[in-house]
Parts: sequence; structure tokens; C-alpha cells
Amino acid sequence: MYTRIILTLALAIPCLAIAGDDKSAEEIAKYREMVSDGNPAELDEMRGEELWKTAAGTKKASLEKCDLGKGAGVVKGVYAELPRYFADTKRVQDLESRLLTCMTTLQGIPEADITSKPFSTNNYKSDIEGLVAYVVGQSKGMKMAVSLKHPKEKEAYEIGKRIFFYRAGPYDFSCATCHSENGRRIRLQDLPNLTTNIGAQRAYTTWPAYRVSQGLFRSFQWRINDCFRQQRFPEPVFGSELTVALTLFLAANANDAVYDGPAIKR
Amino acid sequence: MKKIALLVMAMSSTIAFAANKDAALDAKALTVIQRDFRDKGIAKVDRVKQDQVQALCTQYRDHPPHALQDKLEKEQLAAVKYPADGKLMGDWKAGEKLAQSGRGLTWTDKEGDVVGGNCYNCHQLSPKEIAYGTIGPSLLHFGKMRGNTPDMQKYVYGRIYNAKAFNLCTNMPRFGHVGALTESQIKDLVALLLDPESLVNKE
Repeated sequence: MYTRIILTLALAIPCLAIAGDDKSAEEIAKYREMVSDGNPAELDEMRGEELWKTAAGTKKASLEKCDLGKGAGVVKGVYAELPRYFADTKRVQDLESRLLTCMTTLQGIPEADITSKPFSTNNYKSDIEGLVAYVVGQSKGMKMAVSLKHPKEKEAYEIGKRIFFYRAGPYDFSCATCHSENGRRIRLQDLPNLTTNIGAQRAYTTWPAYRVSQGLFRSFQWRINDCFRQQRFPEPVFGSELTVALTLFLAANANDAVYDGPAIKR
Repeated sequence: MKKIALLVMAMSSTIAFAANKDAALDAKALTVIQRDFRDKGIAKVDRVKQDQVQALCTQYRDHPPHALQDKLEKEQLAAVKYPADGKLMGDWKAGEKLAQSGRGLTWTDKEGDVVGGNCYNCHQLSPKEIAYGTIGPSLLHFGKMRGNTPDMQKYVYGRIYNAKAFNLCTNMPRFGHVGALTESQIKDLVALLLDPESLVNKE
């Protein structure tokens, strides 16, 4: 550990000294520090754990009574089984939409306060994204086991599949345009084939992730949101049935793979 | 005999049931799609409304029946507007610049921003650009191999204007048809592909 830190410093300091205020060199140095010391998503996981355990909202409650599918307060392993059907809300929910339920009902936080700014930026840290980092980290190493037993889960899978293949917008794109063939790229970026198990497994088990190019931890709702942006679609509503169904379609296609998030990506 | 008749009846009702269920799911999915998007910037919710081509390609997962495909391709081709001045080749250097740009039409773009050609996102073109995508075929040496006769120029102009007129469910957008690229921009892209001086055709 010490050798590692010393090595990192040895690499980073001369780099910074030579570059002066050269931003890219600074970024490279920062990146080196990150990869030698682990995934920066760990900081978001720690922030999320704190948020989970701290009383908040008008009800001054923590989220320790939140049921993410395996009982009130259980965090271990829940993400590998989400999205799923919840009897209390009578709908299929992914992690974010379920956290939304807990934050509004248990803590009394107005829904719009959360959904109006669900994604972090360089000068704003989203609470729900921090919570996501904490929860998904507690499923690392576990097998993906998304249930398709409940009729609503089956229905969500079928709807998600139809959304995946739905072509529209000024460029006639669907998710499938970029994600239904093996070995394709946009520029130099490899595209997973999400219609195959192996493709869906590789992609899904490594989201959410810390994005080095953005310097931010990104949730799965963000991933879907930004795909639709590039698809030239309008914006999907945060935590909506549309996003949950699409997530369930991808998550179920990734079943049996070992969950490995939060990951680190370009 | 009776048994067979019963079996046939049972089978056909199962098929009918499955078809009904599929149709119900199609309808439900459409309701969800129409409900769960919001306007953001220039990207308004009316964008999720499908035209005939999009609807058909979605329905048949990009493999529609031939008769329908032919009919719609003819309609798309009939709507291609060729330049009134009859000139189809512009400036290949401007075309190369345009081909590099992947900007335009997302909710983070602004109304009136210049839309890029997005070409390198999916195609190899100039040998100098190694960061090219592979969703579409390589277009390296396109003009060198095909020449630049008036017919070839017309074909390439039409293909960029509306690729769906030639292959109904292709992944390629209809850049002219939807007004993403202007006439002069398409001319520049035709030149990028066909001008003998273009980097695409040199070397």
C-alpha cells in the first residue's frame, strides 16, 4: 500500500510540475492516482452509506427501514435481484424508483426535489446517485437473479423489449440500432450487443460506474437517459415505467452473470 | 379423427391467444412510450411518434415483407429533392469537416446549431482518420472504385438524402428527408466520397 502511494506521488508530482497549469496533464495525474488507489466510486459508496443511515426529510427518518426487496433495511444482495415487483406499490421498480418510494414515504422528501435533479454534475452531488453507489456496491460478487415469475415482471420484460426495438426520432434510431450486433463501434467506442446474454451480462454487470472522462459516478438511470439523448429522443421521465421496463429487460438478459459494479469506465 | 380436430382447435386457439397477448403488449408498450417522455430543449415528445417507415421497421424488426418494403422505398425515393441547379458535387474539404462532426438534434444542442454529418461515427472514410465507427460499411476509396459519373453522383446524393429509399430499414438516418442536412452540405459529402482529389480516394 505504501509503495503504491509513493509510486503514485512520484509519478504525479513531476507531471504536475512540468505541466504547470496544463489541464490535461493534471487530469492524467489524477487518473493515475485513481487507478492505483482503487475506484473513485468508493467515495460515492461512502457518501451513500452516510445518506442511508442519516435522518432526513420532514419525517426526520433514515432509510434503514427501506425495503429494497429483501426486507426492511436489507441492502446486501438486493441490486442483483432488481428490478422486481413490489406488492406495496403494486408495480415493478428498479433501484432508483424504489429509493424514490422510500425517500418520499419514509422520509417525507417531496418527489420533485429528487426527480428535478437526479444526476450529479461537476458542482452538484445528487443524493439518490450516492445512495445508488452504496446499494449496488453491496451486490458486488453476487449472481444476477432477476425474477420473471410475477405477471407484472413478465409484462415489464416484454414492454422493455419493445422499447428496445422502437425506432423513432429524427434519425430513426432505436436502442437496437447500436446494440444488436456483435463487434460494432461508434468511433472507437465498442458497443455491447445487448440482445445476447453475453453482451448484456458484460454491460449490465459493470453499471453503475465511475466515468473517468466525466469525473463522476453515474447511475443506471443516467445511462439510459444519456442513451436516449444520443438517440435524439426526448427525455425519459426519471424512474418511469418506461425506464424500469427497459432496465428489467437488460437486467434479466444479464442473469447468471456475477455483478461487478460499481465499475470504472473511460 | 375427432381427436385431431380437437387438437387443431386447441392449437389454433393457443396461437390466437398468443397473438392477442402480443397485440395487447404492443399496445401497452406504445402507451408507455407515448406517456413517459418529456420535452427537453429542442427534443420534443412528438419525436416518438413514428412515421410509416419507422412503424413498419419496428413491427418487423427491420425485415418487412418484400412487397411492403418495395412500396415504401418507392415512396421515399419519389420524395428525394435533387438540387435545382443540377450540380451534385460540392467541396470535399468542407465535406470532410462535416463528416467529422457528430453534433446536432440532441436535447443538449440548440435550435439553429449546425448539424454534423455524423459520418465517422459509423463509417471509415479518409485513411487519415483512424477513429471511425463500424456500424456502417467502410467507404474508403468509395469514388476510386466506383467513379464519379452523373449517375453515381445522383445515387450518392439520394443515398445521403434518404438512405431508406434504397434499403428501407437501414440503420442510416434520412439526413435530407428530415431536414437535418442542407442541400449544400449534402453536396459537400457527395464530393468527399466521389471527388478524385478527396482524401477518401487518394493513396
